[in-house]
Amino acid sequence: MMDIAGTLRRAWANAIAHIDFPLLLITAAIMAVGLGTVYSATYDSTHRMMSQAANMGIALVVMWVISRVPPQKLMSFAIPLYIVGIVLLVAVFLFGIKVNGARRWLSVGFTRVQPSEIMKIAMPLMLAWYFHKYEATLKLKHYGVAALLLLVPFGLVAKQPDLGTALLVGAAGFYVIFFAGLPWKIIVGLIAMAGAAAPVLWNMLHDYQQKRILTLIDPTTDPLGSGYHIIQATIAIGSGGAVGKGFLNGTQTHLEFIPEKHTDFIFAVYSEEWGLIGNATLVFLYTLLIGRGLMIASAAPTTFSRLLAGAITLGFFTYAFINMGMVSGILPVVGVPLPFMSYGGTALVTLFLGIGILMSIHTHRMLVKK
Amino acid sequence: MGDFNNPEADLDRFRFRLGFAAVFVLACFGILISRFVWLQVIQHDFYQTRAEDNRIALIPIVPNRGVITDRNGVVLAHNYSAFTLEITPSQAGSLEQTIDALAEVIDIQPKDRKRFKRLLDEAKNFESIPIRTRLSDAEVAKFSAHRYRFPGVEVKARLFRQYPLGAVASHAIGYIGRITERDLKWIEEAERQANYKGTDHIGKTGLEQHYEFELHGETGYEQVEIDAGGRALRSLKRIPPVSGNNLQLTLDIKLQEITEKAFGDRKGALVAIDPATGGVLALVSTPTYDPNLFVDGITPENWKELNDHPDKPMVNRTINGAYPPGSTFKPFMALAALEMGKRTAQQAISDPGFFTFGNHTFRDDKKGGHGVVDMYKSIVHSCDTYYYVLANDMGIDNIAKFMGSIGLGQRTGIDLGKDDAGESKGVLPSQEWKKQRFKKPEQQKWYAGETISIGIGQGYNAYTPIQLAQAVATLANNGVMFRPHLVQNIVDTKTGDKRPIEPKPLRDLGWKEKNLEVIHRAMIGVNKEGTGARAFAGVPYSVGGKTGTAQVFSLKGAQYKESAVKKNLRDHALFIAYAPVENPKIALAVLVENGGFGAQSAAPIARMVLDYYLLGKLPAGAAREDSDAIEEEHDE
Repeated sequence: MMDIAGTLRRAWANAIAHIDFPLLLITAAIMAVGLGTVYSATYDSTHRMMSQAANMGIALVVMWVISRVPPQKLMSFAIPLYIVGIVLLVAVFLFGIKVNGARRWLSVGFTRVQPSEIMKIAMPLMLAWYFHKYEATLKLKHYGVAALLLLVPFGLVAKQPDLGTALLVGAAGFYVIFFAGLPWKIIVGLIAMAGAAAPVLWNMLHDYQQKRILTLIDPTTDPLGSGYHIIQATIAIGSGGAVGKGFLNGTQTHLEFIPEKHTDFIFAVYSEEWGLIGNATLVFLYTLLIGRGLMIASAAPTTFSRLLAGAITLGFFTYAFINMGMVSGILPVVGVPLPFMSYGGTALVTLFLGIGILMSIHTHRMLVKK
Repeated sequence: MGDFNNPEADLDRFRFRLGFAAVFVLACFGILISRFVWLQVIQHDFYQTRAEDNRIALIPIVPNRGVITDRNGVVLAHNYSAFTLEITPSQAGSLEQTIDALAEVIDIQPKDRKRFKRLLDEAKNFESIPIRTRLSDAEVAKFSAHRYRFPGVEVKARLFRQYPLGAVASHAIGYIGRITERDLKWIEEAERQANYKGTDHIGKTGLEQHYEFELHGETGYEQVEIDAGGRALRSLKRIPPVSGNNLQLTLDIKLQEITEKAFGDRKGALVAIDPATGGVLALVSTPTYDPNLFVDGITPENWKELNDHPDKPMVNRTINGAYPPGSTFKPFMALAALEMGKRTAQQAISDPGFFTFGNHTFRDDKKGGHGVVDMYKSIVHSCDTYYYVLANDMGIDNIAKFMGSIGLGQRTGIDLGKDDAGESKGVLPSQEWKKQRFKKPEQQKWYAGETISIGIGQGYNAYTPIQLAQAVATLANNGVMFRPHLVQNIVDTKTGDKRPIEPKPLRDLGWKEKNLEVIHRAMIGVNKEGTGARAFAGVPYSVGGKTGTAQVFSLKGAQYKESAVKKNLRDHALFIAYAPVENPKIALAVLVENGGFGAQSAAPIARMVLDYYLLGKLPAGAAREDSDAIEEEHDE
């Protein structure tokens, strides 16, 4: 007779074989905080919260599937995905839908897609593959090629114009190059050059982008426009105090002073209701997440998996830091959601794609060593 | 081997860089935490006060919606201010009790309660919701005396949309209604959320929907100081709203109304176009409906009646009814034959009254046939056999190519509805179309026999009245084609500046003058000695026309009751016309559903429209009273 309990146990063991529980627990904790905050931010109706819960379900399935794909297999996706990403970006450039002066969307019959989202994963995948291929014979020229692979999609996204996403895509690529061993001399040189070129870059920015940066320096110059967002978000955070006003009690939130309160500015809602203690807890959770990611990178057996894990992890850091920085008024307002907190299905799926890759890298490492 | 890097050293460098990254992350998070400490501990008192003072609410002031007038300035849609009685649920306590108590003071009907309940489900808690609209002055006074008894209940002045002519031209004007989830999505896609704060209504169909963002205007704001409970204390600053733009139409509302009357209780459509601009002079779809029913939210009973009515009054037949053109197709077939060199005007056939193709016989209307028929006679007497032969000679794809070039089977892009998708395409049959239309391979093949009946405007042919009117206008205009449009000018309410909708020729089809002459002469002949002669007896201007009778093709989604089936099976009557031929001012297409022969029911309507538009002659009978009625309604 078949041992049903035994079979079930084995099936279960197999199903969770590629789940990394520390990562899962940390992201689950952040998502729980996020769900509660979406509930508070959209108190009038629960439909956003329910739909966000559904998004999470989908994202977790994506994570589970990806975690079972061995890194070697992931590596074979690098070139096709990168090429698809580039083609779509060119397509956006040629026939994208213009919304608010920016061409970011591509219509594919029933829905619209934002190809720059694909690049957030395709870029580190491609570069990690590239450095993996040349790991034994790495020379300076390879960094040059890598820079080119980075700059083409970066330029296409920046041209849309979507500077926020372009920076995220560029950062993801830069992290790979950095971990691959880009000499410090060059890094320092680049920073110096960027500083020197700042005035030129400034003039290349669009009016609204310049305005956002100016508003950051003095929000009162534009109290009804983008300055309004910063002023109201800062008031929300500051008035939250050490312990916060309590769940569902944020006046800034519930009197409708916070813009985009369930998406990009969700941190203001959270911060008003949970105060410094809440903020510290959240930052701590992100630190754990990043710590775990860096550990996975450190233990990864191949150049490809190391670079990919390192870049994805620092990607999470970048989203979190830029978002909290912009909401609390130390960085300009760019459209970057807070990872695992902000409402929105696409971003969540992309994030869990990253988590899935990290889990895959970690749980397949032994197999490689054998 | 010096070319190869040392893997051990690489790994060490990688781990060092991971460590560096970790330090960088901690440093950045440290900056964030210090920022939080600064805001939430050191500056806390400051921001605490700011948050408490943050009782300055921005209250949106909804702009006046633009007014719609006809070409002569007759008002078709405007706004009037009226008092409404509104309840703010969050401040009112028990709603049932409040409404019961209110009913003792003010007349509140069950339908008012129903609407209130419906709006309550949709609304957010802090919005005020109307329980009664259009209060009389006496009612306002009465409520004011009892006001102290009703916390959270207020009298508010609100603007209401009104369509003074009621059902006249409702399919063109459309209507507005309360904003739904679907409309919100539209607003979000257009990135106009900010401008719709405080707006309850939005265009739902017709011009009201197409020109929504012109008509709406820009929302103003009032900065008001509010107390902790959200009550307004005093006004600090006011940015007035900018009224929406007015629309001046190309439509002649008198022509429109007279035409609608001429249809009586018959179903059908008429589109009249100024051939030189594409401006639509009349756009009739009968039966019509009263758009005023929709403004406050239509009652379920009214909706049911309109929606379930067998005559489908909500369907705009001019752009959504696709009908076979019948014999009105023939002049276009003839022109196609001339242009493509498949016929000369003089070439004649001998018509025995039928045409045999394979083992199928296609019959002519006239038993025994028309004898010797050339192109002129084929149009004047509407000879079917001539066109059976012609269609067979031309082939389906040549026909489709020419008919496509005059816009048949394509959306005209008239300015109705949200986008072009609201307009039906109709069916322009071709081999390619059949391949797309059917799934099974044996159905995808085009049979040569199917081309024969296409020649007389039957078969798969199905076009909307607006397409047919556009085609007639293009013919009248000697091949220069315009997009039909209803708005002449968009008028800025503040400056009075008029922004004209430029009539841009879509294309010049480059037809040869001598070919056009043949067709024009034949179409004049129709009304002199042919099928339109009776309807156009004694006409003082030169008029081209063509009758048509189409086998029934029921409206999409239409369901007819059994008792109506007999009438339903009768043919549709069509007529196309334009006048004066030498310098056309008006071109039109009429369709009377189940009207029988085109010459009998459709041609007289065309005659009446042309007489009125060109001569100012009103139809006999009730005409005098009609125009008085319009005048009176304008004065309101």
